[in-house]
Amino acid sequence: MEWSQLTGHEAHEHLMKKSFSSLELTQSFYRWIQKVDSKVAAYLTLTEEEAYQQAQRADERIAKGEGVHELTGIPLALKDILCTQSMRTTCGSKILDHFRPPYDATVIRRLRDSGAVFLGKVNMDEFAMGSSTENSGFGITRNPWDINRIPGGSSGGSAAAVAADECIASLGSDTGGSVRQPAACCGVVGLKPTYGRVSRFGLVAFASSLDQIGPITKDVTDCAILMNTISGHDTNDSTSVNVKVPDYRKALINDVRAMKLGIPKEYFVEGMDRDVERAVWEAINLLEQWGASIKEVSLPHTEYAVATYYIICTAEASSNLARYDGVKYGHRASEYNGLIDMYAKTRAEGFGPEVKRRIMLGTYVLSAGYYDAYYRKAQQVRTRITEDFDRAFEEYDALLTPTSPTPAFMIGEKIKDPLQMYLSDIFTIPVNLAGIPGISIPCGFSSGGLPIGLHIIGKHFDEEKILRVAYTYEQRTDWHLKRPQLD
Amino acid sequence: MKIGVKDVEYVARLARLKLSDEEKEEFAVQLNDILTYMDKLNELDTKEVKPTSHVIPVKNVFRDDEVRESFPREPSLRNAPEKARGFYKVPKIIEQTKG
Repeated sequence: MEWSQLTGHEAHEHLMKKSFSSLELTQSFYRWIQKVDSKVAAYLTLTEEEAYQQAQRADERIAKGEGVHELTGIPLALKDILCTQSMRTTCGSKILDHFRPPYDATVIRRLRDSGAVFLGKVNMDEFAMGSSTENSGFGITRNPWDINRIPGGSSGGSAAAVAADECIASLGSDTGGSVRQPAACCGVVGLKPTYGRVSRFGLVAFASSLDQIGPITKDVTDCAILMNTISGHDTNDSTSVNVKVPDYRKALINDVRAMKLGIPKEYFVEGMDRDVERAVWEAINLLEQWGASIKEVSLPHTEYAVATYYIICTAEASSNLARYDGVKYGHRASEYNGLIDMYAKTRAEGFGPEVKRRIMLGTYVLSAGYYDAYYRKAQQVRTRITEDFDRAFEEYDALLTPTSPTPAFMIGEKIKDPLQMYLSDIFTIPVNLAGIPGISIPCGFSSGGLPIGLHIIGKHFDEEKILRVAYTYEQRTDWHLKRPQLD
Repeated sequence: MKIGVKDVEYVARLARLKLSDEEKEEFAVQLNDILTYMDKLNELDTKEVKPTSHVIPVKNVFRDDEVRESFPREPSLRNAPEKARGFYKVPKIIEQTKG
């Protein structure tokens, strides 16, 4: 077996047995990246020099047996939305092309402390706005299962890098499905934690009431390991919640007997992709055979989620992105006539079309005369959507749905039709609006050989139950062991 | 039409975005489609519903007012497109009024 195909917990065992060093492991990843990234184009920035230093320090820690963590010496890829001190952080945008943050995001600090190795920064839709990674200011990332297709988005670089074995695991961010949908498209595991579980300090802000950082990994065990490292309260993020973080590895129980799983009927609608429907129902039937009780449930406000989401997220984005004005960091237009013109030209030159569209939409829904009709209305419907989930979780331990209505679509297929693109997150968006956790795990392939994701949704701060369902399913199936052919 | 080129120009001014004529036309069409889709929300009567701005109950977070070291100047300025004598440099903010 190639080293690059190892999961984090497998690589950790090898490191502890000294079958290879972290430095050797890191070198082998860069060799593989050299070989396949010309096809996949997951990476925006490679940080070899720093990675080798991190690997050597990890090897020293392991040799001394001091402060060794499960992530010590494990090579990771980081979504380029996470601030890494002195390391280029573009957020997929030309406006931040040369930005080198003066500080680390809290999750990055935690990973450094654990001794992880950073291979580099990976591609994404500009400011995390998109479902295909086609909106990046730095080119398209391709799906390792079919390089003519999108890897999903916005964390497309993260999911593609994990699927193509160009890293052991990655961190992404999820505002409306940006961790789970690319994980589904690329056949890997992606978790969006409860809002407030993971600090957003140093995560470049898109929609602050929805954004959450989450792991993208080759299996559920690695997902739990990363969650153990990144979760927890942070005084630098006043929306991070001071609730005790459990040991997520203890949630990895291969047993779903007596668990109550709900199937929201609104997520299985006429006209959905037949391969997706078949694969997800097969997974549901297996969980029932293994002793879970399965019952249909209704989330009646589901059909309003996409409209609600695109009002709230664009409103928040238009405000958050006001900071890109060419003053403190980032691009500044070279020719302008006065201050206001400098702002307007800087932003026109620095932002891509989708970011401009969302700033426009967000500014419109917040503008005088429209605030109540759109923004306030959306916040009220958000309450209804959250109540739907609250009611369901009075009875159920978790809910099962497809992650995405279709497998990965073709590059260019939806880029000219923003509304169609928005609808590709129809099953993941409600989870962000309610602030609850959701995980996508591989549950089969389409007739065309494309991965399909099973979406497991839990209640606030109950990542443990969805990890348990995910782990049980994974232990008894082998979808997560399949690899795309890239040589 | 919910939104025409004139509205697009107004919103672009609010958003500090300089748009080309082509972009204005395109955004007018696309924003129309999207806003029409959003009308779906009007099917719901939400008169009595409390709006959610935040899903997790959050309270104001206080800390003691202690003197701490601030973020140093040099790294704060490192990414500035233009700087002078330890400050960010911007075009003139108060423009001369034309006689």
